[in-house]
Amino acid sequence: MERRPRSFYVLAAFFGLFVLFLYGPTITIGILSFQGEGGGLTFPMRGVSLHWFRDLFQEQAVGDIWGAFRRSFALGLMVMITTVVVSVMAGLAFRKRFAGSGLLFYLAIASLVIPSILISLGVGLIFNQLGLKIHWATSGFGSQLTWTLPFGLLIMFAVFNRFDKSYEEAARDQGATAWQTIRYVVLPIIAPSLLGVALFGFTLSYDEFARTLLTAGSYNTLPLEIFGMTTNVTTPVIYALGTLTTVFSFLIIGAFLFTVWFMAKRRARHGSDAGKGV
Amino acid sequence: MSETLTDTPASAPQAARPPKPPGSLGRNLLGWLQAAPLTLVLLAFLVAPIVMIVIVSFWRATEFSIIPDFSFENYEFLFGSQVTWRVFMATFKYALITWAFTLSIGFTVAYFLAFHIRSQTMQIALFLLCTIPFWTSNIIRMISWIPFLGRNGIANQTLQNWGLIDQPLEWLLYSDFSVILAFVHLYTLFMVVPIFNTMMRIDKSLIEAAYDNGASGFQTLLHVIIPLTKPGIMIGTIFVVTLVMGDFITVRFMSGSQKANVGRLISNDIALLQYPSAAATAVVLLCTVLIVIGILLRFVNIRKEL
Repeated sequence: MERRPRSFYVLAAFFGLFVLFLYGPTITIGILSFQGEGGGLTFPMRGVSLHWFRDLFQEQAVGDIWGAFRRSFALGLMVMITTVVVSVMAGLAFRKRFAGSGLLFYLAIASLVIPSILISLGVGLIFNQLGLKIHWATSGFGSQLTWTLPFGLLIMFAVFNRFDKSYEEAARDQGATAWQTIRYVVLPIIAPSLLGVALFGFTLSYDEFARTLLTAGSYNTLPLEIFGMTTNVTTPVIYALGTLTTVFSFLIIGAFLFTVWFMAKRRARHGSDAGKGV
Repeated sequence: MSETLTDTPASAPQAARPPKPPGSLGRNLLGWLQAAPLTLVLLAFLVAPIVMIVIVSFWRATEFSIIPDFSFENYEFLFGSQVTWRVFMATFKYALITWAFTLSIGFTVAYFLAFHIRSQTMQIALFLLCTIPFWTSNIIRMISWIPFLGRNGIANQTLQNWGLIDQPLEWLLYSDFSVILAFVHLYTLFMVVPIFNTMMRIDKSLIEAAYDNGASGFQTLLHVIIPLTKPGIMIGTIFVVTLVMGDFITVRFMSGSQKANVGRLISNDIALLQYPSAAATAVVLLCTVLIVIGILLRFVNIRKEL
């Protein structure tokens, strides 16, 4: 292998700084959430304690964060499942180039780039005028879908653009029905990407703020609750909460990545029977 | 009001049309069925809200309620106010500066990942390292700048310890600086991913050909890699520009409510229950964003780039 050019080391250093820039602040509040009882929002640390985490569990210093967490979690799951199902269906539809597909595609892109506050405001207005109750599981759910579905759709485009059609053709040649082809050939092949769609669906919903702001109703989701805290909580308890949610996000991401890795490995072991016949 | 209208099946006009070749109708029908859930969600939660906002922007508001009307009062007030122009300028300023930073940082990072990392496993690992923050909370990521930038924060303490400054710098937090820093922190990812994606698809032999013909590294970058990466740059640009232009929460939080952009103008009106005025501002913002995207889309065909 040839020697690395000098530019490599310069760029590697730049990359290192970028990663530090990305993670540094998060790590800092991670450390500061263990601040001692008398400590404030910045360094120096006045001792090390779990005081602020304990505070979180006592539900006095802060609002209803556990209720908010439960709601965000439930909403995340709802959005995740819907995003996967709807994206796959739409992904299959777009392979057919049906009449109006161009328009629908631009609508999905519009959904991605439209300022979030417009969705929030518009959905809020419609529900008000129709006399419907604004609730995180109805108006909030729909508003979040306008953010997660385009991502799901884009991933499906990327997947199907790289999809080897000869697998499908082979299945049909052997007499599989359309449904069997999808169920036993297409879905298993694209399964790892579906995990990606699911990850997007859950995490984007779990952290969504702007589109949920006016559409969550009287019960806050976790990001709304946290934002509310920033205006009236001036102790490291907010860091403790931030650290916990970030750790939770990392666990979710880790679980997804592990599953993808595990599936890929299993597939590599069982996938091909080349050389086993004759 | 239009409930009776929406009850008509969407495919009704199709029946009247002259018969198409058999394959085409079946294909369309199945396609429509599969696309129906997506279409319904987008109609209900994207198209309808925008229509509603446009309608309400012509309404009037009293202190307690909003009244259907057809008046241009909101727009007249909006365009007649000095504040509007200043705030729109500020919004463009944030978008432009953030774009310049995210592009230069994002391009460099993507370039390093795509052309300097040789093992694919390493490439994927480092790429994931860059994208993981995208899946965590933006609000928390904003909050986490406080211990850095505050009056007694890490930045000020370090600079004072080094003897570079005597007084803590006041402009680190709650200023344009912190707003743009947070934007760059939150959105550089949206540049890295599409640029990396296009770079990975550049045929490596083109670069070898450039070197073989005597191009220097810099010339190859300028005349081969950058032109081929343009679609990725455009997609990243669309993301960053629209996210920054539509933002209201970063500006509010990172400036301690001292700076304004269009999004904050809207959210302030909402807080005062002035929905018609908020709607009018939202319509103008939407048109502005669409014009910007329209210009950017002239340079790239998104659907081909995935």
